[in-house]
Amino acid sequence: MHIFEGFLPSPWWQLWFVFSIPVILYGMYKLNKLVSEKREVVPLIAVAGAFIFVLSSLKLPSVTGSCSHPTGTGMAAVLFGPSITAVLGVIVLIYQALFLAHGGISTLGANVASMGIIGPFVAYAFYKAAAKTNMNFYLNIFLATAIADWITYVTTSVQLSLAFPTGGSLTVTGFLSSFIAFATVFATTQVPLAIMEGALTALIMKYVVQVKSDVLVNLDVLTSDAVEKLKGAMS
Amino acid sequence: MKLEYIVGIIAILFVAQFFYGVLAHPNAEFGGADGEAENVITAISPDYQPWNPGIPTFEPPSGEIESLLFALQAAIGSLIIGYFFGYYRGKNQSVQQ
Repeated sequence: MHIFEGFLPSPWWQLWFVFSIPVILYGMYKLNKLVSEKREVVPLIAVAGAFIFVLSSLKLPSVTGSCSHPTGTGMAAVLFGPSITAVLGVIVLIYQALFLAHGGISTLGANVASMGIIGPFVAYAFYKAAAKTNMNFYLNIFLATAIADWITYVTTSVQLSLAFPTGGSLTVTGFLSSFIAFATVFATTQVPLAIMEGALTALIMKYVVQVKSDVLVNLDVLTSDAVEKLKGAMS
Repeated sequence: MKLEYIVGIIAILFVAQFFYGVLAHPNAEFGGADGEAENVITAISPDYQPWNPGIPTFEPPSGEIESLLFALQAAIGSLIIGYFFGYYRGKNQSVQQ
């Protein structure tokens, strides 16, 4: 999903910054507020950030014959919401852009939009909607994060198709034909990885329930009744 | 069924899809999808030249150094996750006693 340095022409790289910067600023405000009001969540923020760090560094092979990496942002999105996830995502993306020649500074706005904002937003929205239907918690986490991972790569395909429509000018047919080309690379490769990421996130959330369930109630991720039920199922 | 078993089965299926991919695409290089997207861009707009925003970034001089930095990234992350889970687990146990 990393769009490499210089691979977004004007006005697209600027537009994605315009899209991402307000969300990041809002996320920093929310993060500040959360940390000052609920100090006990700080370690969990570190864990969610570290989870993004680990998963986005793992380049995994896919059935299509190429490698890609999970995003790891689903966990943070479910716990803290998409705007705080955007802040955590920026940290990882800047590290990779500056030291790994992976992604870029000019494309940072677009990469944050896909990995830090749109993917996590989908995870958050899905989780909240499915939680209302009393779906099994782990199944909900699995689906929310797998879909978010996949949507991140679909977003990248959209971003590239807008910037590089077939035929040179941005028309519906030019956009669609480019989208098919980019999505063939990104979206198909990502399917097995998205499933793996969803499963891993569900597992790590199980351990969060096990060791620090009070914070989940505090963050409105789960009700205390739901926590009791999940803990009862474990013992 | 325990969640651990389900995740284990998904992990085995993941390894299986990789081996299937190796067999189905004997000439595949398993390069990054990000790099492949670059080829798609070149195919769509052959004249496009990536521009340089003029911000100095570090380019790993070799694949080994790049994998070192990626491994470091994963190690730092795992360390933080492991530390806090261990800390909470130990704390919960001592509270129960």
